[in-house]
Amino acid sequence: MNLRAITICALAAAAALAPLRAAAAEAPDRIARGSGDLGIVVERAAGRVVVVETSTPSRLYAIDGLGDLSHASAVFSRDQRYAYLFGRDGGLSKLDLLRGALVKRVIQAGNSIGGAISQDGRVVAVSNYEPGGVRLFDAETLAPLGEIAATAADGKRSKVVGLVDAPDDRLVFALYDAGEIWSADIADPRAPKVLRYRDIGRLPYDGMITPDGRHYVAGLFGEDGAALLDLWRPEAGVRRILGGYGRGEEPLPVYKMPHLAGWASAGDLGFLPAVGRHEVLLVSLSDWREMGRIAVHGQPVFAVARPDGRQVWVNFAHPNNDVVQVIDVPTRSVAATLRPGRAVLHMEFTPRGERVWLSVRDADRVDVYDTRRLVRTASIPAEKPSGIFFTARSARLGY
Amino acid sequence: MRRASWSLSAALAVAIAAFPAAAEPASAPSAQRQAELANLLDHDCGSCHGLTRRGGLGPALTAVALADRDDDFLADTILHGRHGTPMPPWNGELTRADVRWLVDRLRGR
Repeated sequence: MNLRAITICALAAAAALAPLRAAAAEAPDRIARGSGDLGIVVERAAGRVVVVETSTPSRLYAIDGLGDLSHASAVFSRDQRYAYLFGRDGGLSKLDLLRGALVKRVIQAGNSIGGAISQDGRVVAVSNYEPGGVRLFDAETLAPLGEIAATAADGKRSKVVGLVDAPDDRLVFALYDAGEIWSADIADPRAPKVLRYRDIGRLPYDGMITPDGRHYVAGLFGEDGAALLDLWRPEAGVRRILGGYGRGEEPLPVYKMPHLAGWASAGDLGFLPAVGRHEVLLVSLSDWREMGRIAVHGQPVFAVARPDGRQVWVNFAHPNNDVVQVIDVPTRSVAATLRPGRAVLHMEFTPRGERVWLSVRDADRVDVYDTRRLVRTASIPAEKPSGIFFTARSARLGY
Repeated sequence: MRRASWSLSAALAVAIAAFPAAAEPASAPSAQRQAELANLLDHDCGSCHGLTRRGGLGPALTAVALADRDDDFLADTILHGRHGTPMPPWNGELTRADVRWLVDRLRGR
């Protein structure tokens, strides 16, 4: 290429760039970035969500007017641009993380508890307490598509808990009042096909699916143990695991329901909070037998594995919720006891797990810890923070 | 060790129950205690009953929802829990004066 041609090319390029520069000046850098290091922190009392970025780390934007966000949780679109936020008041909000804006909000029920996004990302499902059931929405528009009324064998509607997505266009969830697990094929969301499993145990309080999407586990509050469904063998039914782990001991009063959503699986072991006990239970992921217990500081709420499975981080129910413990998986022992502050409600790992973010509610702070050195590396102000959700969840089944 | 501290809490609760006049102030909780109780009600009770107390896994606790329950029933439920449900007893850390204040708050008084 001769000099003249280069000059012309350069001029043409400058001409092409000029309007882009102008547009960029009007909308500075908001769009010109990826979303793989973004996430949200729920400020539940304020009805607000803070969009955060984990690389710096920092707050980017606040999005207000999201209603009652107690127990709020979120799932993400497959392009990791949008968050779908499930509020207690039945609100379903679609948030644009890149623009830091509310896209759309619908009140879809009277009282809801969580949600899921389908494997193909086209359907958002919300699990409701009132009226008990699951409602399905178009992920693009939030237009209603269908409903699965959780009407149990006794004719009453049940609160729905533990809703997860599963491979092959399925949703799986548990009926708290009725003690059932349902698996729904939502390939046609306007006409879901439901498989019901009855008598799975008393008061299932939450559910989770293994990372491979094969096994669904519902934790039981009304009795010791959990209920297991093998989604590769739906005809085999639900079986009980970890039955009688309390061995007749009187459980302690439970000041906060444990969660299984962050149920940890590390290697061939699963870690789950023991209800009403100061223990984390270990279960074999191959034959589902109990493999031991680890004594911990209080009643566990979340037991979450670092993405590589080397550590499991545990937080606790009131009145021990100022402490977080780190379990070393190879030795199955508590390696560290941290005291971030009062009311540590939630923990979320960065996608590859070098950092973990902790919401410290009563300190109005989110703390960032280095998971190798177990020291705090940053703090971000947040008003009464609860759930923390990062976009990497979009690539994981059951999240 | 944690179990031991629970036993201690239980023992304290028994002591408080046995000697109510000595262990509990007759007057309303201090301003600082009221702030702690308000926080407890919003966030710890709220984790099951909802931040706005319109219900969750536990029943609604709005003034309207509680209209046909008397104060003693509410106080007993808070102090001793409800057997067969997830509602735990709070007598390990709440005094009767605390509970009276909470019941007033629930009533909107």
